[in-house]
Amino acid sequence: MAGVTVRDVYKAYGSVRVLHGVSIDMEDGEFLVLVGPSGCGKSTLLRMIAGLEEINSGDILIGDRLVNDVAPKDRDIAMVFQSYALYPHMSVATNMGFSLELRRKAREMITNTVAQAAGTLGLSELLARFPRELSGGQRQRVAMGRAIVREPKVFLFDEPLSNLDAKLRVQMRTEIKALHQEMGSTAVYVTHDQVEAMTMADRIVVMNEGIIQQIGQPLEVYDTPSNLFVAGFIGSPGMNFLEGEARRNSDSAWVEMADGTLLPAPPTSAEDSQPVVYGVRPEALVIDEAAESGLMATVEVTEPTGLSTLVFSRLADVSTCAFTMDRLQLQRGQPVGLVPDVARVHLFDKATGKRL
Amino acid sequence: MITVGQSKHRRWALTAGHGVGLAIFIIFAIFPLFWLVKISLTPNNLLYSEGITLWPSSITWDNYKFALLGSRFPRFFFNSVIVSLTSAGVVTLIAAAGGYAFSRFRFRGKVPIMFVMLLTQMVPLVMLIAPIFKLMVPLGLTNNLLGLIIVYTAFNVPFATFLMQSFFDGIPKELEEAAMIDGCTRLTALRRIVFPLTLPGMGATLGFVFTAAWSELLFALMLINSDDKMTFPVGLLTFVTKFSVDFGQMMAAGVLALIPACMFFAFIQRYLIQGLTAGAIKG
Repeated sequence: MAGVTVRDVYKAYGSVRVLHGVSIDMEDGEFLVLVGPSGCGKSTLLRMIAGLEEINSGDILIGDRLVNDVAPKDRDIAMVFQSYALYPHMSVATNMGFSLELRRKAREMITNTVAQAAGTLGLSELLARFPRELSGGQRQRVAMGRAIVREPKVFLFDEPLSNLDAKLRVQMRTEIKALHQEMGSTAVYVTHDQVEAMTMADRIVVMNEGIIQQIGQPLEVYDTPSNLFVAGFIGSPGMNFLEGEARRNSDSAWVEMADGTLLPAPPTSAEDSQPVVYGVRPEALVIDEAAESGLMATVEVTEPTGLSTLVFSRLADVSTCAFTMDRLQLQRGQPVGLVPDVARVHLFDKATGKRL
Repeated sequence: MITVGQSKHRRWALTAGHGVGLAIFIIFAIFPLFWLVKISLTPNNLLYSEGITLWPSSITWDNYKFALLGSRFPRFFFNSVIVSLTSAGVVTLIAAAGGYAFSRFRFRGKVPIMFVMLLTQMVPLVMLIAPIFKLMVPLGLTNNLLGLIIVYTAFNVPFATFLMQSFFDGIPKELEEAAMIDGCTRLTALRRIVFPLTLPGMGATLGFVFTAAWSELLFALMLINSDDKMTFPVGLLTFVTKFSVDFGQMMAAGVLALIPACMFFAFIQRYLIQGLTAGAIKG
């Protein structure tokens, strides 16, 4: 068991800089999710922890040991790849026992450990099969099995669920989480799927363009995004953004949009007339069907999912999404009122994108 | 491709057309071989007297007996086996090493090296005969099987390297990375994971070079001048004398010479069957 420390790590491929001074402290046993759009450097960072990419500058420590120059095989890690990377010429059992075999463990011990891991993952019947004879979900489990037999200090996951269908993905998500809780190893999990990040992580690291945007617990990141990028990336459907200028008087604050619409805002450090972005999540907009209160908008599309309904409407010429559990009968073109819950409104500086 | 909604007739016509097309192609490809066998079994006295028939009125094994026992053919055959097998083996080893480097590493001069290798494939071999001969004489490599092996190896390495590179490219990099995390060094990963998966590629390369060397005539003719160093394509020409051509014996020797090539392919064909890597990654 060990935590992982990433200290001021830089990485560039030629003149293209991929990571710009990344620092993360992972606690022992923590489940940390690196999330961000493609090309944000999250996989590169993971591969650097694995030892598959060199570090240009900075330090990576596993436990107390500096591993910058330690070969992947000596880092006591296990990795689950997006493509599973099962050895096609080896049976499931050999695949799972390969790392133990390389460590010259006794045959009997290997067989027992593999059998035990296979039991945990429901693979006992499949041990003699070859990867080509398995379904996608089964291959995924074998890849997991290969990782757990060794009881490594750190688990690394590189988008392990992105090749599975939606239903299986939800199931495996739960299983990975449960497995992690059982084993108690530190886990670093890379994904571009913010739902996966939210549901699995102890802490989320949101990355963009090689820079860490925010580190925090899932709900903390969701409720207090530190900048526009995080606010837009985390949450599905995404946060609504309305641009305007901050206004305040002695006891209230609001944002005035270009067309004069006034948006009620919480008290912040925004200066008067400062250009700001007003952010409000769909569930923080209450819909007034009678259009008697709130901000006036025109319904464009409704998307009922059964559990809830998403209402897309046009507010001051900006498409705005509201979320409701009520079954409203709304027609296209119908005026509605949108009442923002001011306590859950976020203001961001328009120039820097930073939270105010 | 047959799709839903096509009429029965049309489907039948398509199948029949397909079959006829295949049959024509197969006959076209097989006929020379058939003719080779037929002539080799035709007694000499019937060869010219019977006219053109699909099968002679009587057959004889004399031509084979002569080729095996009365001629120097076994020697030619043996020389060919040595030259072809050695060339194929050496080329495959070099090409595998080079192909792996091209596929997996970034290094200075990679593109120029690949370009030069391609360039060598653009020069007609005939143009190179004189310079090669000139190079080989002082080295004592003319009239020497080693000389032939060196020439065949040199000419086949570039193409074989590209062939091997494409096979290595087909093996996901993640497999090696997974092995390296599991506890392999790059070399053990190569031996335990990559090598077994490249066997089809090695088989293909081996077969390709073997057949190329087996049937090569130009350089063998140029560089070899004594009977006991001749490979079989050159040896076949000894059946052509100033006054006559022993077609029957020549064809018998030709049929015999086909046997190792056939055996070789029968042996490696299971490695040539693709799909060994199926299941390595998603699918």
